[in-house]
Amino acid sequence: MTYGIIQIVLFLSVVLLLVKPLGWYMTRVYENKPCGLDRILGPVERAIYRLCGVNPANEMGWKRYTVAMLAFNAAGFIVLYALMRLQGFLPLNPQHFPAVPSDMAFNTAVSFITNTNWQAYGGETTMSYLTQMLGLAVQNFVSAASGMAVLVALIRGFVRRNSQTIGNFWVDLTRSLLYILIPLSLIIAILLASQGVVQTFKAYPTATLVEPITMADGNSVTEQTIAVGPTASQIAIKHLGTNGGGFFNANSAHPLENPTPLSNFLEMLAIILIPGALCYTFGKMAGDTKQGWAILASMVIIFICLLALCCWSEQKGTPQLISAGADLQASSTQSGGNMEGKEVRFGIFNSALFATTTTGTSCGAVNSMHDSYTPLGGMVPMWLIQLGEVIFGGVGSGLYGMLAFAILTVFIAGLMVGRTPEYLGKKIESYEMKMASLVILLPIFLALVGTAVAVATKAGQAGAFNPGPHGFSEILYGYSSATNNNGSAFGGLSCNTPFYNYTLAIAMLGGRYLFKILMLAIAGSLAAKKYVPASAGTLSTSDSMFVILLISVVIVVGALSFIPALALGPIVEHLMMIGR
Amino acid sequence: MSSIAKGKKMFDWAIVRPAILDSFCKLSPRRQFRNPVMFVVLVGSILTSLLFVQALLGKGEAGPWFILGISFWLWFTVLFANFAEAMAEGHGRAQADSLRKARKDLVAKKLSNPRRDSSLEMVLASLLKKGDVVLVEAGDYIPIDGEVIEGVASVDESAVTGESAPVIRESGGDRSAVTGGTRVISDWLVIRVTAESGNTFLDRMIAMVEGAKRQKTPNEIALTILLAALTIVFLVVCATLLPFSYYSVLQAHQDQSRVVTITVLVALLVCLAPTTIGALLSAIGIAGMSRLSQANVVAMSGRAVEAAGDVDVLLLDKTGTITLGNRQATEFIAADGVSMEDLADAAQLASLADETPEGRSIVVLAKQQYNLRGRDIEKLGAKFIPFSAQTRMSGVDLDNRHIRKGAVDAIEQFVKSRGGVIPDKVRLASQNVAKNGGTPLVVADGAKALGVIHLKDIVKGGIKERFGDLRRMGIKTVMITGDNPMTAAAIAAEAGVDDFLAEATPEAKLELIRRYQAHGHLVAMTGDGTNDAPALAQADVAVAMNTGTQAAKEAGNMVDLDSNPTKLLDIVQIGKQTLMTRGALTTFSIANDVAKYFAIIPAAFALTYPSLNTLNVMALATPNSAILSAVIFNAIIIVFLIPLALKGVKYRPMPATQLLRKNLLIYGVGGLIVPFIGIKLIDMLLVVLHLV
Repeated sequence: MTYGIIQIVLFLSVVLLLVKPLGWYMTRVYENKPCGLDRILGPVERAIYRLCGVNPANEMGWKRYTVAMLAFNAAGFIVLYALMRLQGFLPLNPQHFPAVPSDMAFNTAVSFITNTNWQAYGGETTMSYLTQMLGLAVQNFVSAASGMAVLVALIRGFVRRNSQTIGNFWVDLTRSLLYILIPLSLIIAILLASQGVVQTFKAYPTATLVEPITMADGNSVTEQTIAVGPTASQIAIKHLGTNGGGFFNANSAHPLENPTPLSNFLEMLAIILIPGALCYTFGKMAGDTKQGWAILASMVIIFICLLALCCWSEQKGTPQLISAGADLQASSTQSGGNMEGKEVRFGIFNSALFATTTTGTSCGAVNSMHDSYTPLGGMVPMWLIQLGEVIFGGVGSGLYGMLAFAILTVFIAGLMVGRTPEYLGKKIESYEMKMASLVILLPIFLALVGTAVAVATKAGQAGAFNPGPHGFSEILYGYSSATNNNGSAFGGLSCNTPFYNYTLAIAMLGGRYLFKILMLAIAGSLAAKKYVPASAGTLSTSDSMFVILLISVVIVVGALSFIPALALGPIVEHLMMIGR
Repeated sequence: MSSIAKGKKMFDWAIVRPAILDSFCKLSPRRQFRNPVMFVVLVGSILTSLLFVQALLGKGEAGPWFILGISFWLWFTVLFANFAEAMAEGHGRAQADSLRKARKDLVAKKLSNPRRDSSLEMVLASLLKKGDVVLVEAGDYIPIDGEVIEGVASVDESAVTGESAPVIRESGGDRSAVTGGTRVISDWLVIRVTAESGNTFLDRMIAMVEGAKRQKTPNEIALTILLAALTIVFLVVCATLLPFSYYSVLQAHQDQSRVVTITVLVALLVCLAPTTIGALLSAIGIAGMSRLSQANVVAMSGRAVEAAGDVDVLLLDKTGTITLGNRQATEFIAADGVSMEDLADAAQLASLADETPEGRSIVVLAKQQYNLRGRDIEKLGAKFIPFSAQTRMSGVDLDNRHIRKGAVDAIEQFVKSRGGVIPDKVRLASQNVAKNGGTPLVVADGAKALGVIHLKDIVKGGIKERFGDLRRMGIKTVMITGDNPMTAAAIAAEAGVDDFLAEATPEAKLELIRRYQAHGHLVAMTGDGTNDAPALAQADVAVAMNTGTQAAKEAGNMVDLDSNPTKLLDIVQIGKQTLMTRGALTTFSIANDVAKYFAIIPAAFALTYPSLNTLNVMALATPNSAILSAVIFNAIIIVFLIPLALKGVKYRPMPATQLLRKNLLIYGVGGLIVPFIGIKLIDMLLVVLHLV
């Protein structure tokens, strides 16, 4: 227990320590100032622009920026879909996997371009090495980079005055990849490999079992095929880009994907690092780092509160476990609590911390099965997703989502101090309100309506493994996860059916691109506005009062929109479990 | 007008009765559609009414009386919202009625040529065209807005301003504008018509205070968007609960009759939707205009009121706003070899016949300090020399004495012409006076300069504190004056303004406004003269004085009927109050939802999952009573908050952070707690009355 808390404190301290240096570095990158790596990578960057015929000085208005972003993602979809359908004819396929079925390929392609990484497939039994590396891993990089690009464009919207342009998408994309994602991935991949994460192009080896197993039909199994592959390189970006799509089906619970407590620590750190540091970048670019710290503080506070609930609920276990005679007491030899669906090498706290981190951000990698959590413990990851993936959130997308909440907050709070609202010196008027309202509305709409369609149709009902409220939770989690581009599954939902593959893909597309378009529209509108200087009558957006308000707005919107649904899922499940 | 309006109590029967009737007239869907939140409630009311009919026929989803109860209160929610708006309009209309009395259909004496002696023709005022010329004589009402082109007359404008003292209107200059419906008391005026019937100042005023022509302000539109979005969120939440409930019932292997009813979902939706602010939103806007007219200010658009809340730079004319209109003598400074008494005596003699306020103040000072009584200048046989633009002096000739008082350079010329000089001490003293913001008057008797009178601008009492308040609110005050920079600086320091513009010309004023606006500031100013018009047109909030010219009034977006420049401070306050009331009620409305969930969720789903009764923390009697109580609370709270919407939330100048903390505590935390208590009380009452 104490060790668990020390782990969490250590983890958060390391994150907060790294926020400033990395945030500063990213500011240099996006402001196109010397950042150190430009001496080495500058020529590469210029070569890329020449090769692609991009003029980096060519600024774009928000509409052109949006079109460029969408076109780029559409192209990514086509390449990825083609790779999966054609993998049988392509090289680097030692296991000779056939073409991926069309509905699954559609779902997977959408899933990876939207930075969701919802996986209706098992990687080691479906995807060739080529598909994994050239298709999935590439999208892991570029989907993250396009999220960061949109964020940077939004920040420019706040910073620029009377400007018609918000930057150049190709430049933002290239710089995100070249200076941030690729170097960091390299470091993390090497560190992970040092911990035993596998990295090979060889076919799957077989091992002789020490203890042969006799199956139900009487056959004896003496050999095990061990899935391997170029894993470490892909896992690094899976976490850094808050993608979450595991190389193996078991994701970060797999011993070759996440072998040691240190690799676990590194993987969690990699998830949260960039989203956290981008807050600092935001403040720095906006000319007032306090603005960034205020946003980060709001995220950290919500994160800690929900993490505490999750840890508490998992450590406490269930009355059923107690009555079955399980020892739930934490000791030096066992972590106690509800260990169902958790890896013994991670225990309660590192599983709960991983679950909170991966769902607070839109990563979706898992090192334990959320389905097997206690009702309240499992509600934490689900609700974190439903809050709109803004507690750190996806790389780029988390912060621009949080800024939409901040716009909403200043609107209400601004009125209460008797001024028409403004944020960072920009007036928030009906256009911004229209877009920000849609941003808040959209994920709620997609998640709830998606779930409603699933529970009301035979095809949808067939997916849930468990009866009662738990089955409902499984479906609700699925649509929440897809809409908010998290990609983790509660588990217990057999989602590889045309129904789920297509409906979830729609949720992912809507949740990602409509959201992005709306945010870019806000960016364009803000950039064109003049600057309103702050005075004593201006609402401060960097003090503790604002932090409290922002937290309240995020929580209240999340609670008001999802409490009825949660009441029919985890809440009633919990009440039934404790015998009420 | 103001006294009538202020005299009306909040719930005066004369306003309440038509408002009740109006609440029903406003039920038309087309009117409701303009307010998305209330439109949803209206649809819900109709839907539940139909469900009630269905239940009466024996095919209902729930007991008919329960559905009727819900339906009944949903209708009331809509009616209460209409009532709030009607009340706000009623208060405006009371003011408009008193204005309208002035707008009788008058008969005008139309002149064939713009000369008093040309031929007359009697025409109805409503038939007058722009550019026509009319004659108005003593006792006549001025038929329509116009500009005096000939004559001087005293005019009773009380019908418009509420001020009973007549004002002078004359051709040319800044007092040439006349308003239709006012009455000429003496003499006559020839007026050129500047506005046609239906578009006169009075017409526009009536339309504005009545709220008839009211357009939604930009901030109101933005808020409506947010409220509509919230309503859609709750619509989705409630609509999806139907399949969720169906699935839950299916999973629990229960009868389909246990699926949540449409009635309950509609009730939940109405409770969750921000109906409180939705119902009161337009009332708040109308009441803001109405409060402004109670302050005797007529805004030409709601937008201006809103901008007033945002203003962060105030340009204030020194005279009349910061200082009393007149300078007063505060000190005598004698030259060497001259006794104070002699100086005071000479000064008093020079001022006895001087009827200007400055002159009178010199007499008073002499009397106060040296006990010199006022003497009758006639009896002394003295000859009064009035002030003239050429000599820039005034004084008396008495026996052989030639006493004069005036500006330093004027007196210097006078003294020199008689062979004298101005002593250094006198010159130094007048420089000191000027440096301290005063105006020095030198007194001379023939060739001898006797000393200096210190005329001081008297800064209005309490004005420094008000500027302090403004500074804490983040509003910068800039004093505009024609004085030289030295004098201006001294007065600015004394009054506590943040900045000043000295030796101001209309061009400099306009330039200053543009400069502030270029830096993103919102600027408010007052003005009355035609030369103020460009600056007024440029300023974000421009208050024209009613005594001012037509051009000034056209350029401004508000008119102050009292012509009191200090009013600007009240206008800013009303603007802020209007915005704050919106914010406070939005917060309150959203915070209310928490309690409503605790009331309705267990009630709606406990049939399927009895465990959910644990969430019934208010221990409400039955599911039906819980839902009904929440709906009743939701309706009644609107009525309870009407006074707040009409009066506006209390506002005291303080920094934004403090203000936010205070309002958040009252309306946020209060909004969380109040419904728990309210719903519980209503539930208890329902049980006691055996209604459930």
